[in-house]
Amino acid sequence: MNFFINVTLNGISSGMIFAAMALALVLIYRATRIVNFAQGAMGMFTSFVAYSLLQQKVGYWEAFAAALAIGMVLGVVVERIFIRPLHGKAELNPVIVTIGLLIVFEGIAGTIWGSTNRGFSPPFSQTGLRVGRTSIAFSHFDLFIVASVIILMAVMLVLFRFTRAGLRMRAAAFAPETARLLGVRVGRVLTLGWALAAVAGSLAGLLVAPTTAFGPLYMDFYLVYGFTAAVVGGLDSPVGALVGGLITGLGVSYVGGYLGSSLEPLGALALLMVVLMARPEGIFARTAARRV
Amino acid sequence: MPKIPRPPKWFHLPRQPLVRHLILAIVAAGGFYLLTNDILSTYNTVLVGEIAFYAIALGGLSILTGANGQISFGHGALMAVGAYTAALLMVHTHFNLVLELLIAIGAAAIAGVIVGIPATRLKGPYLAGMTLILAVGLPLLGNQYGSVFNGDQGLVTTPPSPPGSVNPELWLTWIEILGALVIMVLLANLMKSRFGRMFRAVRDDEVAASLAGIHVARTKVIAFAVSAGCAGLAGAFLALSSGVVSSGEFPLSLSIEILAGMVLGGAGTLVGAWWGGIALVFFPQWASSISKAAGLGTGGNAYLGTIIFGAVLVLVMMLAPSGIQGGFRRVGSFADRRLFRPRGGDVTKSLQTGSE
Amino acid sequence: MLEVEGVSVQYGAVRALEDVSLTAEVGAITTILGANGAGKTTLLRAMSGLVHPRRGTIRFDGRVLTGRSVEQVVRAGIAHVPEGRGVIEELTVEENLRLGSLILGSRSAQKAVIAEVLELFPPLRDARNRYASSLSGGERQMLAIARALASRPKALLLDEPSLGLAPIVTARLMAVLRELSRSASLTIILVEQNARSALSIAQSAVVLNLGRVVAADTASSLAADTNLRHHYLGF
Ligand SMILES: Nc1ncnc2c1ncn2[C@@H]1O[C@H](COP(=O)(O)OP(=O)(O)OP(=O)(O)O)[C@@H](O)[C@H]1O
Ligand SMILES: [Mg+2]
Repeated sequence: MNFFINVTLNGISSGMIFAAMALALVLIYRATRIVNFAQGAMGMFTSFVAYSLLQQKVGYWEAFAAALAIGMVLGVVVERIFIRPLHGKAELNPVIVTIGLLIVFEGIAGTIWGSTNRGFSPPFSQTGLRVGRTSIAFSHFDLFIVASVIILMAVMLVLFRFTRAGLRMRAAAFAPETARLLGVRVGRVLTLGWALAAVAGSLAGLLVAPTTAFGPLYMDFYLVYGFTAAVVGGLDSPVGALVGGLITGLGVSYVGGYLGSSLEPLGALALLMVVLMARPEGIFARTAARRV
Repeated sequence: MPKIPRPPKWFHLPRQPLVRHLILAIVAAGGFYLLTNDILSTYNTVLVGEIAFYAIALGGLSILTGANGQISFGHGALMAVGAYTAALLMVHTHFNLVLELLIAIGAAAIAGVIVGIPATRLKGPYLAGMTLILAVGLPLLGNQYGSVFNGDQGLVTTPPSPPGSVNPELWLTWIEILGALVIMVLLANLMKSRFGRMFRAVRDDEVAASLAGIHVARTKVIAFAVSAGCAGLAGAFLALSSGVVSSGEFPLSLSIEILAGMVLGGAGTLVGAWWGGIALVFFPQWASSISKAAGLGTGGNAYLGTIIFGAVLVLVMMLAPSGIQGGFRRVGSFADRRLFRPRGGDVTKSLQTGSE
Repeated sequence: MLEVEGVSVQYGAVRALEDVSLTAEVGAITTILGANGAGKTTLLRAMSGLVHPRRGTIRFDGRVLTGRSVEQVVRAGIAHVPEGRGVIEELTVEENLRLGSLILGSRSAQKAVIAEVLELFPPLRDARNRYASSLSGGERQMLAIARALASRPKALLLDEPSLGLAPIVTARLMAVLRELSRSASLTIILVEQNARSALSIAQSAVVLNLGRVVAADTASSLAADTNLRHHYLGF
C-alpha cells in the first residue's frame, strides 16, 4: 500500500512536468501545426543559463526568472528566424528544422558546458516529507513542481479565456484567415504563442534539472514523454496537456514501479496506443467535423 | 517538380526498369570496387560500408515518408529488431549469412507490420508521437530481458569470414555495399511498379485512392513493412560492423538521425538516401578533424559534428526544401536549360527513381 | 466611397479578374452579381487585401488600399463577411463579437457596440454564451454580420449572405441590410447569387462574367433589362 502511494505521488510529480512540456508543444501545435522538437532542448539551454547564473552566486529566483525570460526571447527568435520563413511550405520542413535546432542546441550546450553531468541545486529540499512517522516519496521540491505547473496552467487559462490577447490567440489558432479579416495581426500572435510555449518549456527544464543527471541531453526523455502526453490529451487542447501529462506520468510510474524501469517507455507506448485506438486524435480532440 | 532532363543521346539506358536499374547497379558496384579496393584506406573503406547500410535504412524510410506520406521516428528501433535478430541467430545457430540477413529482414518487416497497422489510423503528428516513443522504448527491451539479450554487454556478432587473403573489414564492406545495391534495385523497381503507384496515390489523396479501388490501409501497412525490412537489414549490418549489439547502439538520436538524414538527402529519392548516408557518416569525421586542426582539443569535437549536422539540416530545409537531391535536381535542370540544352543532362539524374 | 479602378487579379495561370472598375457610394447598397466562378469572391478579397491585384487600384474615401495588409484595411474601416460565413465555431457567440470589436481599442466602446449589435439581432442575444458551432445557418449568418458591424465599419463587404437561408430569413436579412445602409450611412457591397432579392434592395449593381464587368448600372434598370437577366442572372 505504502509502495503504491509512493509510486502514485511520484507519477503525479513527473506527470506535472510532462504536462508543462505537453502544454508547450500544444501551444505551438494548435497555432502553427508544427510539433516543436526543439522544445526540450530550448528548456535545457535556458536551464543551463540558470545553472551558470547560480554558479555566479546569483540567487535561485533571479536565475529562475532570467531563465524564463531568456526562454521567451529564444522562442521569439526561433519563430521569427527559422519558422516564419517556412510558413505555407511543405508540412514536414519546419518540423525537421526544429529537429535541426534540437541538435544544434544540444551541441552548443555540450560545447559550452561539457558533456559531464552536473548537479543543479534545488531551491527546496528533495528529501521526502513525513506523514506521521513514515516518510513519503514526495518532497518540498515535488510540492514546488506541482504548484508551479498549476500556476502555469492557471496563468495560461486566464490569459486564454479572459484577455484580449488570449482571444486573439485562440482566433488565430482556429481560423487564421477569419482572424485576419477581423484585424488580428496573426503573425504577431503566432510569435506570442511561441514565446509562451518557450516559457512553459523553460519551466519544465528548470523543474527537471535538480531531479536528474544534468547534462546536454537531459531533456530528451521529457520531450518524448511530453509529446506522448500531448498526443494522449489531444495536440489541440491545453486541458488535454494537463490530463495527458498526469495520465502519462502515472502510467509510466506504475510501469516503472511494478514492472521495471526499462519498460517505462513501452508502458507509455501501450498507453498511447490504447488511447489513440479509441480516439485517434487524443482524449480532448476537437470535434472532427472541422478539418477534413 | 522540374522536369527531369533526358540523358544525352549517346547514353541510352534501356526503358525496361529492371534492366535499367540493374545496369546502373552494376556500374555502381564497379565504381565501389575501385573506390574501396584501390583508392581508399581501410579506415575510409569501413566508412563506405557504413554509408551503404545507412543508405539502406534511409532509402526504406524515404519510400515510407516520401512516396507514401507516413512519418516514422522509430526506424532506429526497427534497426534494433534486425540487429538483435541477426545477432541471436549468430549466437545460437550456424546458418549462413544470407539466410541470417533474410531472417533479420523478415523479423523487422513483421515488426513494421505490427507498427504499421495502428499507424493506418493516425495522422502525421500522432504517428510521429507513437513512433518516437517506440524508438525510445523498444531497444530498452534489451536491458529488460538480460538473459536473452545479455543486457548492457550485448550480443557479440560473428563477422563473415572472407575467402583467401581478403581483409575481413574490406570483405564486410563489400557485403554491405552489395546488400545496399540489391536493396536499391529492388526499391527502385518497387517504385516503378503497381505498388509504387499505389503508395503515391495513397499519399496524395486517401479518399481518391480508395475510390480508385486501392485498399488504403493495406497499402500503408505494406509500405511500413517494406521500409521496416530495409531498416532491419541496415540494423543487421550495423551489428556486423560494430561487432556487438546492445541497447546502447540504438539510442533515440539514431532514429532522429535516420529521419533527418533521409529528409536532408531528399525524401522520396533513392539517390538522396546516399547523400544522407554520406552526411551521417562524414560530418562527425570532418568535424573531429576540423576541431583537431583548430586546436579545439578532443573534448568539444563530438559536439562540433553535431552542431554542423544540425545547422546543415536547418539550412537545407530552409534553402532547398526538397533536400540535397532536390536541390541538385533544381540546379541541374536550371543548368541544363541554360547551359547544356543541346547536349542533355547529367547521368546521376537518370538514377532518379522512386519519385515521380 | 469605395472605388475600384482597372483591377486585375491572377491566381497562378488563372485570370480571375480582368480590368474591373466600380464605384460604391456611401449610404447605398451596391450588388455584385454573376455566375459561379465569375470572380465575385475574388473582387471582395482584393478589396479587403486578402489577395493583391496585379494591376489597378482600390481607394476608400480617397485613400489607396491596394498593397496594404488585411489588418490595415480592416483598420481603415472595411469589414468583410467571407463566403461561408466564417464564424469561429470554437468561440462563443459573445467571443466572436468581442473579436470583431477588438480594433475599437477601449473596453467601454467594445461593450457598447456589442450591446448595439445584439439589439439588432435578438436571436443572438439569447445565444450569446453558446459556442458558435451550435448555431443554425441563419444564426451564423447573423453572427457573421453582427461581428463585422462590431468593428464599426464604414464599409461592409458581404459574400453571399443568403446562401442556404430560408426565403423568409433572406427577406429579413435584406431588410436589415437596407436599414443599415440608410441609417448608419454604411457603404455596403453585396455579392449575391440570389439576384432578384439583391436587386430589390440595392441601388446599383455590377454584373461580372469570367472576370470582366459585363454590365454596371442602377439596380432598377438592370432589373428591367430582360436580355441581361436571361443571359447572366437566370431569372
Ligand atoms: N485560390 C485560388 N487559386 C486558383 N484559382 C482560384 C482561386 N480562387 C478562385 N480561383 C478561380 O478564380 C475564378 C473566380 O473565383 P471566385 O471565387 O472569385 O468566383 P465567384 O464568382 O465567387 O464564384 P461563386 O459564385 O461560385 O462563389 C474561378 O475560376 C476560380 O476557379
Ligand atoms: Mg464566391
